[in-house]
Amino acid sequence: MTARLGWAPYALLLPSVAFLVLMVATPMGQAFALALQTPDGSVGTASVERMLSDTRFRDALFTTVALVILVIPVQFVLAMSMALVINARLRGQGLWLYAYALPLGISELAAGIVWVSIFTQSGWLNSILMGIGIIDRPITWQSAETPWILIGCVVIAEAWRATSIIMIILVAGLQSIPSEYLEAADVYGASTWQKIRRVVLPMLRPSLQVALILRTILAFQVFATVIAIAGTGLDVLADEAHRWATDIDNDNVAAAYAGLILVLSLVSTVLFLVLLPTREEHQA
Amino acid sequence: MTAGARDIPMPRRRTGRDRLVGRALTYLGATLLALFILLPIYLIAISAFTPRENAFDFPRSVIPGEVSTDTILFFLNASGVIDAFWRSVVVAIITLVLSVLIGAPAGYAVARYGFRGRETYRLAILATRAFPIVILAIPLAVTYRVWGIDDTIIGVALMHTALALPFTILITSSVFVSVPRELEEAAQTLGCSPLEAFVRVSLPLALPGLAAAAIFTWVLSWNDVFAAVILTLRNPTLPAKILTALTQSPIYYQFAAGFVMLVPSLVVIFFIRRYLLGLWGRVIK
Repeated sequence: MTARLGWAPYALLLPSVAFLVLMVATPMGQAFALALQTPDGSVGTASVERMLSDTRFRDALFTTVALVILVIPVQFVLAMSMALVINARLRGQGLWLYAYALPLGISELAAGIVWVSIFTQSGWLNSILMGIGIIDRPITWQSAETPWILIGCVVIAEAWRATSIIMIILVAGLQSIPSEYLEAADVYGASTWQKIRRVVLPMLRPSLQVALILRTILAFQVFATVIAIAGTGLDVLADEAHRWATDIDNDNVAAAYAGLILVLSLVSTVLFLVLLPTREEHQA
Repeated sequence: MTAGARDIPMPRRRTGRDRLVGRALTYLGATLLALFILLPIYLIAISAFTPRENAFDFPRSVIPGEVSTDTILFFLNASGVIDAFWRSVVVAIITLVLSVLIGAPAGYAVARYGFRGRETYRLAILATRAFPIVILAIPLAVTYRVWGIDDTIIGVALMHTALALPFTILITSSVFVSVPRELEEAAQTLGCSPLEAFVRVSLPLALPGLAAAAIFTWVLSWNDVFAAVILTLRNPTLPAKILTALTQSPIYYQFAAGFVMLVPSLVVIFFIRRYLLGLWGRVIK
């Protein structure tokens, strides 16, 4: 049958390949072409230089990288805890999974607004702190004058919104660990912590690597959460790309920002592949 | 005990009480994690159902006083919101249809045929997933002006399809892998053509999984804000409309907006929750 229908798989793939070439590969190339031009059409690095010398560039780069570095570890600790809970097979397992997976469908913008309702001056956090008597008047959390507190708010909102995807990948990884390994550890009297360190984490390495790469790439694109929570108080790279593309109407500098985000994503991916080799890669 | 076991340290026996305490701690941890996720959703819901004149009351009570649709109706009646809402719904539906039409055949091919270039294709699809939205949206805005589809529903839907397609392909291929091919072959030995065998045997079995994948595509589109805000101006989708209005809008407008955007996601994740692990678990292999 395979011989008779040798062309069939290619025919089935053709529409997707054509679409992705048109809508992904072509714009990718165009992005670099745009970044290496100026609005008047001359070719060169002028747009890239304009991005580098822009007053907001350093802040945007710094804040984006800081957010990535702060958010990722928090998310992995949370995701790992959730995954272990799911794997412990408590009563009502499906409901625990639903609760932890909920944010998977929640947009960046909606998540940002959810946390605005908590951090805003007359919001839930101040109400609760007042209620239990920790503070006697509301604290201003969202102020451009305290950027680190703003960054903290964004980290919490991002940890809330985007931990689910890591959790799902880790649960799938956990379920592929043969139960004999853990039973053997039990027989030798390993404590829960020893089991996690010596059996679970090493076996989970490929899943951790995939989750780390995927999540880091997405973290470099952080956008609407920051706008909702920090307004103009924080600059991030994706927002600069947006600002240059819309308010300033200079697609070339916007493309330079987009290119920078892509480069950062690729560098971090390579870094994780080198620093966190999975077993097979290690032996090869 | 066997002879060789002498060198092995004796297991430290875990008593029944240890086990019980461990179990209780797991439930405690599980509950705290669930509260971290669910409490903010509850809080935005009360915020959205608090009447406008009470929006700035302080301190607020976590037990809702007056439940009213005043704030939500104010938001829905604000200029341009309903139009943007329907635009978002339509964009997401077009995205769903396009990505299933283009993606499902590819997913089927990857699942069912061993062919030259299969792994390359899979890797290329995974790599596509890694490209930032930012890098696609900006050049596409330029291209759309040339094509004459800038600031249109179809333009946004095409971009969303590009974002969703890698998912659709990987997810549908995992769905078709789970439908035994022997059934399809059996149908063919009984006289079905390959197409008939697919339509009458595999498709019905794959349908629930395919529906889950399609619904997930819908959510991806419904949630996108960056591409929409770059590609539209006068015809924004709901998130794009809300984002551009954010700085000039009162806080109760934001609460209602957040809640309205959130609700479909909650419903959708509930319906596809059984498939989440299968869908995502297999995507990474």
